Amino acid sequence: MDLHFTADEPTASEVDAVDAVLGAAESRWHGGQRVDPSEAQTSESGHRTAGQRHLLLPVLHEINGRVGWISRGALNYACKRLEVPPAEAYGVATFYDMFSLEQAPPVVARVCDDIACQAKGAIDLCASLERAMGPAGDGNAGRCGWVRSPCLGQCERAPAVLVTAAGERPWTSVIAPATAQAVEAACSKDSPTDGPQVRESVPQAGQASLQLLHRVGSPSAQSLKEYRADGGLRAWELALDQGSEWVIEQVEKSNLVGRGGAAFPTGRKWRAVAQAGGPKYVVCNADESEPGTFKDRVLMEGDPFGVVEAIMIAAFATASERAYVYVRGEYPDATEGMRSAIAELDSAGLLKRACPIEIRRGAGAYICGEETALFNSIEGFRGEPRNKPPYPTESGLFGRPTLVNNVETLANVLRILPQGGAAYAALGTERSSGPKLFCLSGHVAKPGVYEIPFGATVRELIELAGGVSGTGRLQAVLVGGAAGAFLGPDELDAPFTFEGMRAVGATVGSAVVMPFDDSVDLGGVLLRIAEFFRDESCGQCVPCRVGTVRQEELLERLRSGHTIGTLDHERQLLREVSQVMRDASICGLGHTASSAVDSALERFPIFQGATR
Amino acid sequence: MLWGSNARETHPIYFHHVLKGIRNGAPLYVVDPRRTSSAQWADCWLGLDVGTDITLANAVGREILAAGLENRQFIEHATSRFEAYQAAVEPFTLGFAERETGVPRAAIRDLAHAYAKAPTAQLCWTLGITEHHQGVDNVLGLINLALLTGHVGRYGSGLCPLRGQNNVQGGGDMGALPDRLTGFQHVANDACRAKFEAAWNCKIPPKPGRHISGMFKAMDQGDLKTLYVLGENPVGSEPDTKHVMATMDKLDFLVVQDLFLTQTAEIADVVLPASAGWAESEGTVTSSERKVQRVRRAVEPAPGTKDDIAIVFDLANRLGHDWGEPNPEALWNELRTLSPMHAGMSYERLEALGGIRWPCYDESHPGELFLHGRLWANPRIGPRAPFSVVQPEPPVDQLDDDFPIRLTTGRRLDEYNTGVQTGAYASPLRRQEAVDISPEDAAQYGLHEYEQVRISSRRGSVVAPVRFDPGLRPGLAFMTMHAPDEVNTNELTIEAIDPKSGVSEFKATAIRIDKMVGASAGD
Amino acid sequence: MSDQSLADAPDLTVPVPPGPVPSAPSRDQRPEVELSVDGQRVSVPEGSTLLDACRQCGIDTPTLCYVETLTPVNVCRVCVVELEGSRTLVPACSRKAEPGMAIRTDSERVRLSRRMVLEFLASSTDVTQSPELSSYMESYGADPERYGERDAQAESKTQPAKVDNELYVRDYAKCVLCYKCVEACGEDAQNTFAIAVAGRGFEAHIATEFDVSLPESACVYCGNCIGVCPTGALVFKAEHDLRERGEWDASRQESTDTICPYCGVGCTLSVHTQDNQIVKVTSPLDQEVTSGNLCIKGRFGWQFTTVASKAADDTAAEGE
Repeated sequence: MDLHFTADEPTASEVDAVDAVLGAAESRWHGGQRVDPSEAQTSESGHRTAGQRHLLLPVLHEINGRVGWISRGALNYACKRLEVPPAEAYGVATFYDMFSLEQAPPVVARVCDDIACQAKGAIDLCASLERAMGPAGDGNAGRCGWVRSPCLGQCERAPAVLVTAAGERPWTSVIAPATAQAVEAACSKDSPTDGPQVRESVPQAGQASLQLLHRVGSPSAQSLKEYRADGGLRAWELALDQGSEWVIEQVEKSNLVGRGGAAFPTGRKWRAVAQAGGPKYVVCNADESEPGTFKDRVLMEGDPFGVVEAIMIAAFATASERAYVYVRGEYPDATEGMRSAIAELDSAGLLKRACPIEIRRGAGAYICGEETALFNSIEGFRGEPRNKPPYPTESGLFGRPTLVNNVETLANVLRILPQGGAAYAALGTERSSGPKLFCLSGHVAKPGVYEIPFGATVRELIELAGGVSGTGRLQAVLVGGAAGAFLGPDELDAPFTFEGMRAVGATVGSAVVMPFDDSVDLGGVLLRIAEFFRDESCGQCVPCRVGTVRQEELLERLRSGHTIGTLDHERQLLREVSQVMRDASICGLGHTASSAVDSALERFPIFQGATR
Repeated sequence: MLWGSNARETHPIYFHHVLKGIRNGAPLYVVDPRRTSSAQWADCWLGLDVGTDITLANAVGREILAAGLENRQFIEHATSRFEAYQAAVEPFTLGFAERETGVPRAAIRDLAHAYAKAPTAQLCWTLGITEHHQGVDNVLGLINLALLTGHVGRYGSGLCPLRGQNNVQGGGDMGALPDRLTGFQHVANDACRAKFEAAWNCKIPPKPGRHISGMFKAMDQGDLKTLYVLGENPVGSEPDTKHVMATMDKLDFLVVQDLFLTQTAEIADVVLPASAGWAESEGTVTSSERKVQRVRRAVEPAPGTKDDIAIVFDLANRLGHDWGEPNPEALWNELRTLSPMHAGMSYERLEALGGIRWPCYDESHPGELFLHGRLWANPRIGPRAPFSVVQPEPPVDQLDDDFPIRLTTGRRLDEYNTGVQTGAYASPLRRQEAVDISPEDAAQYGLHEYEQVRISSRRGSVVAPVRFDPGLRPGLAFMTMHAPDEVNTNELTIEAIDPKSGVSEFKATAIRIDKMVGASAGD
Repeated sequence: MSDQSLADAPDLTVPVPPGPVPSAPSRDQRPEVELSVDGQRVSVPEGSTLLDACRQCGIDTPTLCYVETLTPVNVCRVCVVELEGSRTLVPACSRKAEPGMAIRTDSERVRLSRRMVLEFLASSTDVTQSPELSSYMESYGADPERYGERDAQAESKTQPAKVDNELYVRDYAKCVLCYKCVEACGEDAQNTFAIAVAGRGFEAHIATEFDVSLPESACVYCGNCIGVCPTGALVFKAEHDLRERGEWDASRQESTDTICPYCGVGCTLSVHTQDNQIVKVTSPLDQEVTSGNLCIKGRFGWQFTTVASKAADDTAAEGE
């Protein structure tokens, strides 16, 4: 391509960062030095050097990770190496919250002020940090800065803070539950602070009944040897013995449906991809970003070999040539756990019968959990969802048939194969089979990930987690996530199953159960949810890009009482905004951006105040 | 394959179609001494030394033969003189070609195999092929490759010179060639001539006329004393400006018909102010793809100017011939009666179809999408297509210690020829006219960017700023002739003419670059 | 050329006889797909979109981000229709027709979504120079005033028009983010990639790298972005200046198709004139050579004609 670059040159450490991902430049024509005279009269470009764009995000991560921000010179060099137009790379870099395109302090504390953390004092934490470290924003000239962040997926130990430090060896620290002093202390160090143990996130840890969480906290996460000793790789060996057709049959018979939120029958996806012509891919969606959700993080931190084993089975069953694990950027520990598990399995030669597995890190964009946005993100584009159809099983990653499954969904496969699909299907209810992970946070006594077969009611789940904490008087429960719904105290006997939730106008979503006591300002929670969607909308389609803003404005007006026209008029407008987002948006984000708000306004007497 | 063409900049909308091909998976090969913006899109760029095109073409042909990739069936069915060609290219091994052209043998082999194996292949060239003293032989060398592989006369395969001007093809179609009448009918053919003589009621000399360099030679020798120049600026565009001025000075009478008072018009005895052909006149032009399209009047000509046709009519009138009122459509219809390949192109059909490609023999004929399909007909129609034996010669202006740098010339995206037209708009891409050199040469001569230097050839010298182009290598420099008022590049170029085409060797000049004595930084 | 005998070379003075008329290989006939549009049965070739089907039925379907020459991005969502069996509405511009589909183009749901999309755009963008959008707003009864003062505006919408060169003006307050300019600058036509969508959500906007000025960017001023802009966010400087001076008057303008005076490719230029002066140059979308695209010379290189006229005017004036 005939690319144009500004005159800005990269620094030595920026060059090192890019080269760390890509290796040294292959020729003078693609970012290298003009030293080899044999290059002076020929070059290869075009199709022969295309196809590196998928490395854009890893390269940007490396630059941002080492330098703390992405300068013009760094972007130029990355673009020369990858043959990507700088304007496009800039468009990609500015899409993600975790990249800075302006000089930023090397150490940044990301302070979650999302709904679960707000229920546990995040507002006070932010106020203390402001006093201690100055106003939020990463534009500070000093060594440390802090920014507000959407849900960090650490809700069970709220309020949560993620500290990221740039340098030749970037490090991160999770501080949760966090105090201003702890955050300041972590920021002032030049090495990571030990974070909380994953075992503490699973109050049931050690219980014999656990099927998905049974290894969390055991030594099996530490090494392949321990994993094998704990019965690991049995499903994989079974799959190899019985063959891919048998594997797919079991998954079909299990009635397993996706645990990421859309509840699509997993067996059907596996079948479709297995039948498609290659090359094809497996993608493990570990971009868990739904506010209130942290189960996939716990699985990856607590049983990384198990997750990878499931990916290997999926790749084997579908005859895929490569698998990607897309882990959200805010999950450094899960990323590290998965990375070392993959490396160990690879060096033991076990990936040969499956396929190479690569980790890709998200960079702070909720939308990338949407499967087609995730594909675009892996491919090095902005994480904008694609229109469907075509569906991923037909045209997914790199336009090829792709199996995309959520982490928890895959983890279930390890339970299905040993007992057979039919036996698995007997667990849970008829329409909601199998064991299920639930994310309990907010006002519960013992927050954490809980595993229980499908069928328990919302009340039972709350009781499992020690009942309502705070004032002890329940006001509302958010179920399914920020894209889910609020239930009132009179709806707690609804079974938390696909059918049970549908009956009360809610969804299983990502299995969030977040009770709020009666001290919580529910209007404020709704506003935070609206703010979340406004922040996280990719901006591609009009209904969502503008609708999420108008929704937030409307809620603010309703809350303050400064309405335009009558209250009824405003509520009607809100209903119409909700409908156009639900009906006309491209993807699930827009479709569900008003769900929680709608459900709350139906059930609770909020925003009934006087008009102006 | 783009050979001697920077279509990305010189034929941008044509290049859009190339890009579509690339997006559909077609490989692109670019042969050009410079790594141009076109070359940056190429799967493989072959940066040959200036003037070694025949060596490279012959080596590609030899490699195709050595690998047994030639299209035997086509060669036997439709070509002649293959054996002579085969014998002639035999010495052009990959190793020989690498030494002579500077292009690594692997790249030459790559090109040969890709071109021969491609199901369809286009070979396009521009002035990088023709502006040499062996320009015609260069073209013949490329035609050989198409004949060898059968990449001609089929849908998707062919040879295409990308024309540099909107109606340079039309000029030839209309008979503005020394040896042809309208529709490429040869003046030496009695029957053709008789048809025109009957229609025009005059005698037509059977002897071919002179091409432009022939005219200059005749002027030099005193055989041509009167010159009528229409829409050309030879003072700005011809090589070796000093010599051109001296030659033009020998004329008794110079008439220039132009939109502007060009450098040539400034020395004319009479200037006939013309209106703009593309937006102030009615008529037709013919594009690179032989497509005749209508031009229409969008604005009224400026007061005092006239349509080219009207001026010619007035002139005829003064010379005692009443041709009546000029009417473009009537003239076109007269042409259709004389030129069989235009016969089916009524104005009505040109409007309805948005243009028609010649040949178009009658009003039911659709015009032809590509030429030379006859070579594939069975039995073949018309004569065989001959291979040509072509042997390379180095550029006339040789490099030596005094003039060690090879200057080649070309065009930039936003400019056009001598800048007469493009000078009028404020292009944000326009930078100072400069000599582009490689970063290595810049370092060797101790130059900083935009420093003024003196550039000299055996014929003259100019002063210009230097600019660094990483697409150039040591010993290779590049200039344009877009701004002769700023930097008159043709002071340097050589009037070494290809006797077959009359085109000069603009692409190969030996120069020297000297730092200006006493120059300070920032000049 | 070598001294080889020319005996078997063809005689150039003799015209070559005409051969068979060569043509492109014929494409396979596409089978037809039958579907129902507002209860009307309609049959379209396989691969057609719902928009094609609507147009075949003579149904006026609003579009903003769609244009025949670019890949549909289906982002504006103003063309949505109701598809039986689909939970959500679907974009007509990109959804392929399938046998047996039943769509409704004028249901209450469709009208609401279209009206809301138009209101959303008008409430967040200056749409005064988009007559198409304004007329759709009227027919769908869109009322952007319902959202009150424009207090929430994206940063890119509050900046003055960018005038950083002599050929283009970019006024992003008028941008509806239809992606057309990005597509025209990118893979669908020019492949220069000088601009892309940057930022996210409401703050998403069209930008060069680091928002550098156009002269610092990769822009080659082909003007193909302006050619597809539906809202006047991108305009020729000449047009911008005339508008600023209040002299732009579309009702006094004519357009004449002619051929570009520069290279030999043969691009059709539509020369727009007002009072015998060229005011802009475009190319027809359905033109096989250009598909509506031009280069800097074709798009802007016409000024020599005006200059020539002016020079002649001056000469004439001096003569009087």
